[in-house]
Amino acid sequence: MATQTAFMPGTKAETPTAWGIVASWLTTVDHKRIGILYGSSAFIFFLIGGIEALIMRLQLARPDNDLVSAQTFNELFTMHGTTMIFLAIMPMSAAFFNYMIPLMIGARDVAFPRLNALSYWIFLSGALVLHASFLAGAVPDGGWFGYANLTTPQFSPRQSIDFWMLGLQILGISSMLAGFNFLVTIINMRAPGMTLMRMPVFIWMSFVTQFLIVLAFPAITVALILLMFDRFFGTLFFAPAAGGDPLLWQHLFWIFGHPEVYILILPAMGIVSEVLPTFARKPLFGAPVVIYSGIMIGFFGFGVWSHHMFSVGMGPVADAAFSVTTMLIAVPTGVKILNWLCTLWGGSIRFQTPLYFSLGFIAMFTMGGLSGVMHASPPVDLQQTDTYFVVAHFHYVLFGGSIFGLFSGAYYWWPKITGKLLDERLGKTHFWLMMLGFNVTFFPQHYLGLIGMPRRIYTYAGDLGWNFWNMVSTIGAFLIALSFLVFIGNVIKTARAGKVASPDPWDGRTLEWSIPSPPPVYNFARVPQVQDRDDLWLQKHGDGHGGAPRPRPAPVTAAEIAAIHMPPPSFWPILLALVMTIMISGLLISMYQVIVGGLLTLLFMYKFAMEYHRPADGNRH
Amino acid sequence: MADHAATHAVTHAVHDPNIGNTGLDHRKMGMWAFLGSDCMFFGSLIGTYLAYKGKSISGPTPHDVFDIPLTSYSAALLLASSLTMVLALAALQDNRVKVAARWLLATALMGLHFVLNQVYEFWSFVHHYDLTLSTSLFGSTFFVLTGFHGAHVTGGVLWLLMLVGLAWRGKLDKRDYTKVEIAGLYWHFVDVVWIAIFTIIYLIP
Repeated sequence: MATQTAFMPGTKAETPTAWGIVASWLTTVDHKRIGILYGSSAFIFFLIGGIEALIMRLQLARPDNDLVSAQTFNELFTMHGTTMIFLAIMPMSAAFFNYMIPLMIGARDVAFPRLNALSYWIFLSGALVLHASFLAGAVPDGGWFGYANLTTPQFSPRQSIDFWMLGLQILGISSMLAGFNFLVTIINMRAPGMTLMRMPVFIWMSFVTQFLIVLAFPAITVALILLMFDRFFGTLFFAPAAGGDPLLWQHLFWIFGHPEVYILILPAMGIVSEVLPTFARKPLFGAPVVIYSGIMIGFFGFGVWSHHMFSVGMGPVADAAFSVTTMLIAVPTGVKILNWLCTLWGGSIRFQTPLYFSLGFIAMFTMGGLSGVMHASPPVDLQQTDTYFVVAHFHYVLFGGSIFGLFSGAYYWWPKITGKLLDERLGKTHFWLMMLGFNVTFFPQHYLGLIGMPRRIYTYAGDLGWNFWNMVSTIGAFLIALSFLVFIGNVIKTARAGKVASPDPWDGRTLEWSIPSPPPVYNFARVPQVQDRDDLWLQKHGDGHGGAPRPRPAPVTAAEIAAIHMPPPSFWPILLALVMTIMISGLLISMYQVIVGGLLTLLFMYKFAMEYHRPADGNRH
Repeated sequence: MADHAATHAVTHAVHDPNIGNTGLDHRKMGMWAFLGSDCMFFGSLIGTYLAYKGKSISGPTPHDVFDIPLTSYSAALLLASSLTMVLALAALQDNRVKVAARWLLATALMGLHFVLNQVYEFWSFVHHYDLTLSTSLFGSTFFVLTGFHGAHVTGGVLWLLMLVGLAWRGKLDKRDYTKVEIAGLYWHFVDVVWIAIFTIIYLIP
C-alpha cells in the first residue's frame, strides 16, 4: 500500500532531480502530458518524413539524376508515406484528442488514464521498430500500401517488409487501444448537461474518428497477420501458384485504407469547425448539419474502398457501385465546406494565424476534393491512376487538408497548452511560405500526371517534357521546408520570450478556455454545468437575442481543490509496451525471444490489471 | 449491517472512478467497444476463408478431414460454458463467492477442454491427412481462422483462471461483479463467434 500514495494535485514535491523529471514523464498518466508526448514525437517524425520527401524531390529535380539509387528511392517513398500517415498525421491528431477531448467535455482525464499511457508507449515502440530498419540496413521498400504479392517472400526475401509489417501491426494496436479509450471517454465522461448535440464539433469529429479506428483497423490487422503467416510460417494466402489471390490483400487493405483517409481528415475538419466560429465570432453555421455530415462521411467511408482498385478490373457492376458511393460521399463533404463558408459570412472576422490556416484548409481541401471526385469515374481514374495526378490529389487533401487543419489547431491551442502565445508575425510568415511552397510543389504535379509522368519512378529521361515542372516542384518543396524552419523559430522564440497567454486569449466558445493556461493537473477545479454547445460564449456574452450573460459561479474554494484526487503515475504502461515490443520484435530475431516476451507480456498484463484491483478500497479515491 | 452496506455502496457510486456520468461502467463500455472491433477482426478472417473456399488446387478438402461429431462435442462444450459463466455471475451477485468460483472454474475447464480438442484436431489433420499451414489455401485459411479463435478461447481461459485465483484468495466478492461480468461478455462473444465459424466452416458443405 505504501507505493500507492495518492498523487495530490497542488502539492509540490521536493526539488525535482533530473531523474525525477524524466521518471515523471515516463510514468505519467496525465492526458495533457501524454498529448504533449504524442505531439512532439509526431512533429519529429513529421520532420523525418519531410527530409525523405526533400531527398526524393532533389532526385527528381533533373532528368537522369543519380543522387539516389532506384532501391533507395523505393525505400524513401515507402518510409515517407508510412511515416507521414502513421507517425505524423495520426499521432498529431492523437495529440489533440488527448489534450483537448477531456478539456472540451469538462472532464478531469480520460476514462482509462493508464491505458492512454500504454497507447502512447506502444505507438512509440511501433515507430522505433519501423525505424530500426535503418539500423538493420533493411528499409521497407514495398510502398505504403505494401501490395501482396510484391511483399511475399518470393519477391521480397529481405527483412525490409518484416520491419514494415510488424511496425504497422504494433501501431495498429496502439491506435485501437486509444480508440476504445476515447470512445468511452466521450460517451461516459461529458460534464453534466453536455448532451451529445451540445458536444463541440471537434469532439464530434473525434468521436466519429474513433469509430472508424476501432472498426477499420481490424481489417489491416488481419491483412498483416496473413502476410506475417505467409512470410514466417509458410502459408499461401498471397501465393498465386497455390491459387492465392493478390486481390485479397487489396480488398483487406483498402477496407482499412479508405476509412483511414477519413481518420486522417476528420480531426482536422473538427479543428477548423472550432477555429472558424471563434475568429468569426459567430456560432458554426448549421452545426447539427456539420455533425450529421461527419457521421455520414464516417458511414459512407466504409463503402468506397474499391475506388482505389478500379484499375485491377473488378467488372462493370463493382465499378459502377463503388463509383456511385464515391460520388455520394462528396455530398456531405461539400455540405461542410458550405457551412464553413457561411460561418464566415457576416462574421466580425479577426484575421489571426489560426484562422489563416483554417482558411488555407478550406481552399486547399476543396481543390483536393475536386480532383478526388474525378477519380470516382472509373474511365477517368484509369487515365490518372499511378500518375503524379494522384500524388497531387492526395497531397492536396492530406497536406492541404490535414496538415493545414492540424497546424491551425496548433496555433489555436498553443497558448492553452504552453501558456504562451505564438508570435503572430512569424505565424503568418509560416502560413504564407507554406501556402506558397505547397502550391508550387503540388499544383504542377497535376499537370505532370496528366502528361503521363508515373508516380514512384526514381528518374526519367530528359526529352519527355517533364523537366521544367519537376524543377519547379522541387523548389516548392524547399519553400515548404523553409516554412517549417520559421515555425521552429517561432516555437523557440515563444518559449524564450513569448507573450503570456490569458486563460481565454481568443475569446473562445468552448470549455477549455474557461480554465487557466496551461491548465492545472486536475483541469477543472469544479466540474462545469453545460447548457449549450458554445457554453463559455453564452456565459460571457449571452445568446445574442437579448439573453443576459449567465451569473459568474462562486469562486472555487481551497477545500474543493483539496478534495480532488487524480490517478497516481504508473510504471506499468511503459513496461508493458516494452515487453510487448520484445515479444513482437522477437519474430525478427528468435522464437525464444517471442516466448519469453509473450510470457512477460501476460505477467505484466496481470500486474497492470491488478494495480488497482479495487479503486474504491482504502483512502486513495 | 445491511444499511451500512447500502450507504457504503452509495458513497462508492459517487466516488467510483469507473462509473461515468451516464451511470455506465467505463470498463464495460470499453469491452463492448473492443468486441465491436473484434467482430470486424473475425469478419475479415471469415471473409478470407469464404473468398478462398474451394480454391485450393491440391491437398485434402474440408470434408475429407472434418470430424463433425468431435467438433459438435466441442461446440456443445463451449455453448454449455456460457451457461456456467452466467451462473458464476449470478452467484457472485448474491455474494456466494465459493459457488461463483466453482462455476468460473467449470467454465474455464470447459474452455480448456475445447482448446485441447482443437489441439487434437489440428494434430490429427497434420498426422493423418498431411494438412498443414502450407499444404493448400484450405490449410492456410482453416488453421489461421480457427487458430485465432482458439487463441481467443485460451486468453479467456487464462482470464477466468485468474478470477478463480482471486476468488480463492478472498479478493473477489460482490463488489467486483463487474470484473466477472466483463469477462463474461468476452466469453459469450467468443462463443457466438464459434457458432458462426462452426456453421460456416464445418456445417455448410
